[in-house]
Amino acid sequence: MSQSLSLAARHSHLSVLEAESIHILRETAAEFANPVMLYSIGKDSQVLLHLARKAFHPAPLPFPLLHVDTTWKFREMYAFRDAFTARHNIRLLVHQNKKALAEGINPFDHGSQKYTHAMKTQSLLEALALHGFDAAFGGARRDEEKSRAKERVYSFRDRHGQWEPRRQRPELWSLYNGRIDAGESMRVFPLSNWTELDVWHYILKENIPVVPLYFAAERPVVSRNGQWIMVDDARMRLRPGEAPVNKRVRFRTLGCYPLSGAVESSATSVEDIITEMTESRVSERQGRLIDHDEEGSMELKKREGYF
Amino acid sequence: MGAEIQQVQETTDVQRFLAEHAEKELLRLVVVGSVDDGKSTLIGRLLYECNGLFEDQVAAVKRASAGGEIDFSLFTDGLRAEREQGITIDVAYRYFSTRRRKVIVADTPGHLQYTRNMATGASTADAAVILVDARLGILPQTRRHAYLASLLGIPYLAVCINKMDLMDFDRAVSERLTTEFEAFARTLGFEQVRYFPISARGGDNITQPSARTPWHDGETLLGWLESLPHQRRQEDASFRFPVQYVLRPDLDYRGFAGQIVSGSVRLGDEVVVYPSQRRTHVASIDTFEGRLDEASAPSSVTLRLTDEVDVSRGDLIALAHQPPPLALQELEAMLVWFGEERLDTSRRYLVKHTSKYVPAHIEQVLWRKELEDLSEVEASTLSLNEIGKVRLVCKRPLACDPYPDNRRTGAFIVVDSLTNDTVAAGMILGGVGGAGGQEARSLVSAEERRARLGQSGAVLLLAGSPEVRDAALRLERTLFEQGRHVVTVRGDAESALALADAGLLAILYTPVPQARLGLAQQLRGAGVPWLELEPSEAVEQQVRRVLDAQEKTS
Repeated sequence: MSQSLSLAARHSHLSVLEAESIHILRETAAEFANPVMLYSIGKDSQVLLHLARKAFHPAPLPFPLLHVDTTWKFREMYAFRDAFTARHNIRLLVHQNKKALAEGINPFDHGSQKYTHAMKTQSLLEALALHGFDAAFGGARRDEEKSRAKERVYSFRDRHGQWEPRRQRPELWSLYNGRIDAGESMRVFPLSNWTELDVWHYILKENIPVVPLYFAAERPVVSRNGQWIMVDDARMRLRPGEAPVNKRVRFRTLGCYPLSGAVESSATSVEDIITEMTESRVSERQGRLIDHDEEGSMELKKREGYF
Repeated sequence: MGAEIQQVQETTDVQRFLAEHAEKELLRLVVVGSVDDGKSTLIGRLLYECNGLFEDQVAAVKRASAGGEIDFSLFTDGLRAEREQGITIDVAYRYFSTRRRKVIVADTPGHLQYTRNMATGASTADAAVILVDARLGILPQTRRHAYLASLLGIPYLAVCINKMDLMDFDRAVSERLTTEFEAFARTLGFEQVRYFPISARGGDNITQPSARTPWHDGETLLGWLESLPHQRRQEDASFRFPVQYVLRPDLDYRGFAGQIVSGSVRLGDEVVVYPSQRRTHVASIDTFEGRLDEASAPSSVTLRLTDEVDVSRGDLIALAHQPPPLALQELEAMLVWFGEERLDTSRRYLVKHTSKYVPAHIEQVLWRKELEDLSEVEASTLSLNEIGKVRLVCKRPLACDPYPDNRRTGAFIVVDSLTNDTVAAGMILGGVGGAGGQEARSLVSAEERRARLGQSGAVLLLAGSPEVRDAALRLERTLFEQGRHVVTVRGDAESALALADAGLLAILYTPVPQARLGLAQQLRGAGVPWLELEPSEAVEQQVRRVLDAQEKTS
């Protein structure tokens, strides 16, 4: 298959974003001794993984994937993860915070803040230390949340995995400074300049598979704080008077099922999703209960080492 | 080849909309000004009117806005510390779309002490917007921003004369400021400068022409952004391809992966690899989708070459029939200093240029730009947020271009090798005493040294095991007994390279496994023969490998 790209396609913003993300992926793989790609099974992870496969083709990925598993993801996410990584022969590491699990920490009794800190933040830092990873790719984008608008592509973390605004390095042109000392690490965000709409357009253009939960279907849900929460398995704790009802819903963002709000929708294809998105403009992380615990909460989590 | 993208059958609005979006061009914009100039309000309004915001963000701002009107400046408010201090302390990136363009806005604070943030935001921008408060007129700050925009190579500039509502949209005010600025802007070499009388708060001439400025030609800021010639097309520029990564999935495949930073390349083209200056041809242009006959900036591709040329990360591939890059070890450059500590001419820094790091020291500050009046003043150093012209000496040549010709191969950053901080951004002007000046490094050639010593200089790398020191010393003894001129160096690649340059065999060793990659990276692309040896291997084996390699290089 041999072809030249037409001018329009070559300079469409998606192809420019793609070329820049591939540049970032290659730069990090070259500069760090032991990189890893964080894989959360969501749409951004799928796009990031797709770009990584492009960046190193025809060679296999020069780093493994790491799923920081809270054990509370949707069942469909686990199934998708296992099928997808097996089909593409991708090295996947799964890490759970065993100590927190043994203590019985869960999203119902401990509040989203404490739960997220243990199962995500601490768990991630544990995994990075365990394997000695010095760089971790993440799928975060600057348009997701207010405090991310200033995040660098290369986000420096100190020996404790913490993000310190004053120690972030200026980034000019496409020159990324990846130099670190032992114990320090870098989080790298190749999708920094992508918007939610870009991600969906790219999924459409490249035909990238995503978890079916993004598409509308009849699902058993209960209403909490104005959001539909899906009763995904028997562990879901219903409050007095709550009874699951079936609604046609989909998820704009996927996390742990007790903390992911669904929206009523009839969008069953990527085209539908894009149409719906451009008509209703509600920001994506609205469906994540953990961002709304308090004003400025994302920034606090980031300082501790959360993505 | 030349196959056109299939025209989608536009049967529905959705498909048309999807196609339109896929065809959008990316435009990078930097907006400069201080909070008092109305910068946040202007950006907030652009986001609000170009669908860069979501309903819940709008609702939150409406709740927080005092009184009935939307306070647009609240959309771009970010970190806690800022909210507490009421200032902006960093570059924020924001996104919106127009019918033809996806726009990335670098929102940069305007105060003098934030020069580094403006330089950061401006480094990739295609266009700049500078805000002027109509009540205060052209200030030193306005000139400073325009100077920085031109220094960073931004071709298009919009000067927005804001708060015209407070001046009753008086034509004379706008014209006086335009004339005043025009004289200054002419000295800076922008491709185009446009002036807009606006009110960010009222929305005049931003996305909609204003009825309150009948004397203005009706062009809006957004209209101008839509009409700009798209990102300076780098296609007509010379082909430059910094190698980022070598792909070797199997013994038959050696692909050099990187991003084309300018120009284009075709299958079969004759290329030159720098710094070795070896010539070869393009055998294949590979992508995930398949092989291409031709590729151009800014595509990320993988090149395969016809000959077994030794190419590694940090090398630059250019076309043989186009103007070659400069190969500079001593160069003059403009620096914007970011470091909390002052520039130290006695310190060793690292320069990152394209995909390689090179140790360097800044020999001399030639002058400093006085930002208050843009005069050039004598200086011996640069402090935080200061800009100046310097003379820089690199340990190895950079294959580069003057920054005005190429913003990717003409740019570099300076890293403090102790703290790892990025302490400066640099723009290459040319060699010392004019562009391309190549100073002789030595009057003794490598061949003359080889003739006298009976060997070629090389670095032998031994890394990783705790017993590596013993292995290094054993190897040194053995080679010495065989009549070689040999020396050991612990952990300092630069010293080893200098000794190898002088014709010696330098055994570079380190007991730290993590240090191996860094040392190998420094040896790669240094233009000096080097060889990595296995510390656990028998010394006879090691010696044999060294001597075999020596055969090949002499």
